[in-house]
Amino acid sequence: MTVLWNTEERYGWVAILLHWLMAALILGQFTLGFVMTRTDDQRLAFERIQLHKSIGLTLLALAAVRIVWRLANRQPHLPDLPRAEARAARMVHAVLYALLLVLPLSGWALVSSSVLEIPTMPFGLLVLPNLPLDVSEAAEAFWASVHRWIGWGAIALVCLHVLAALRHHFWLRDNILLRMVGAERRE
Amino acid sequence: MLRHLLGAFGLFLLLTTAAPPVELEDAAGSYRIAPAGSRIAFRIPKAGGGAMTGSFGSFSGSIVIDGRDLSRSQVEISIDPRSVATGEQRADRFLLSDAVFNAPPERRITFRSMGVKRTGDGTATVAGALTARGETHNETFHVALASMKGGRIGFHVTGRVLRSRYGMDVGTPIYSNVVDFDMTLIGARN
Ligand code: HEM
Ligand code: HEM
Repeated sequence: MTVLWNTEERYGWVAILLHWLMAALILGQFTLGFVMTRTDDQRLAFERIQLHKSIGLTLLALAAVRIVWRLANRQPHLPDLPRAEARAARMVHAVLYALLLVLPLSGWALVSSSVLEIPTMPFGLLVLPNLPLDVSEAAEAFWASVHRWIGWGAIALVCLHVLAALRHHFWLRDNILLRMVGAERRE
Repeated sequence: MLRHLLGAFGLFLLLTTAAPPVELEDAAGSYRIAPAGSRIAFRIPKAGGGAMTGSFGSFSGSIVIDGRDLSRSQVEISIDPRSVATGEQRADRFLLSDAVFNAPPERRITFRSMGVKRTGDGTATVAGALTARGETHNETFHVALASMKGGRIGFHVTGRVLRSRYGMDVGTPIYSNVVDFDMTLIGARN
């Protein structure tokens, strides 16, 4: 039975829920970022960008929760893997965690340094202060390209991560993908 | 603009009764709005403080002050939305886009007064039809006579317009629905 907390063998519900909720939001967020910067209808573009900011900041909050949860939990053991593979898995996961923080922060930096000074109001609920950064065309261009690079880099890494998960499931036929959905392989 | 005109008219009336300087008859006449010295500025407050400010650089219009019956005075203004300037090109382009003014070259923002009411010494309200983005609604502006010298008459006009009524509510509530107008209109006697 899967429980709240992680065990030596499996992920608990909180970790599973956070993983898939954030995976879905990040893929949506990436698609939205791509589409909104290529939207001709200016009203729609404006609204999509505000939604992108709202979801991105939600992801930032979720990332903080997730990292705290990760530190407060034990990690399920990896199956017997070549050492290099196990190390690669741990490294990719660590980088993915870092990106969960850095990517939305770079977006926040970008809107904070923009000369347009458009207030950030996540879901229209409250006004989020800007990060204390230089406001100029140059600063905005810098943070925008940082955000873009990190965004595209993150999606590339996620693709690698997904391919690895599929490899475990269909090729190595182990429990890795199943335990991330709270299931088990039957003999 | 109408309001300005009306205000000016009112001012004239007040002045005529209270002090010698300006007789309504002196101000009566027809004026064309002179670009030099005139200014149409607006301000849209932002959530959390501050505001987006801008002005229109290209407009024309006329003011007719009725010397016998101020309420029959008339104001007309036509603004070229393409002349909007906020100091930030990206913002200007956004205002001109389909999101806000949706302005093909021939589509102007117009105001046509329908009633002038004196409200005090040198002040009046001007009510009229404001047309923007193909929508027309009644709006009221407050006008104060500011100057009168050598065939030139100056008004200070203020008013608040709800942009949602003109299909321009994009960006609310991040940007207020209320647009505060602040204008200086100089009329040159025809
Ligand atoms: C995990 C969260 C996020 C992801 C995956 C993400 C992804 C993206 C992507 C893919 C783009 C399009 C880049 C391009 O091809 O031009 C983009 C653009 C943008 N993002 Fe994010 N973003 C995230 C968070 C945020 C946050 C939190 C903010 C602001 C508070 C933000 C603000 C922006 C803005 C303003 C742009 C447009 C930049 C431009 O004009 O080129 N993003 N984002
Ligand atoms: C934006 C998308 C994603 C992000 C940011 C992400 C991030 C992560 C992170 C940080 C971990 C490590 C969890 C930990 O051990 O603490 C993890 C584990 C995992 N992810 Fe993802 N993931 C994403 C999408 C996916 C997708 C689409 C799949 C499925 C195809 C997937 C499959 C897995 C699996 C199976 C694990 C468990 C690995 C293990 O048991 O050690 N992930 N993911």
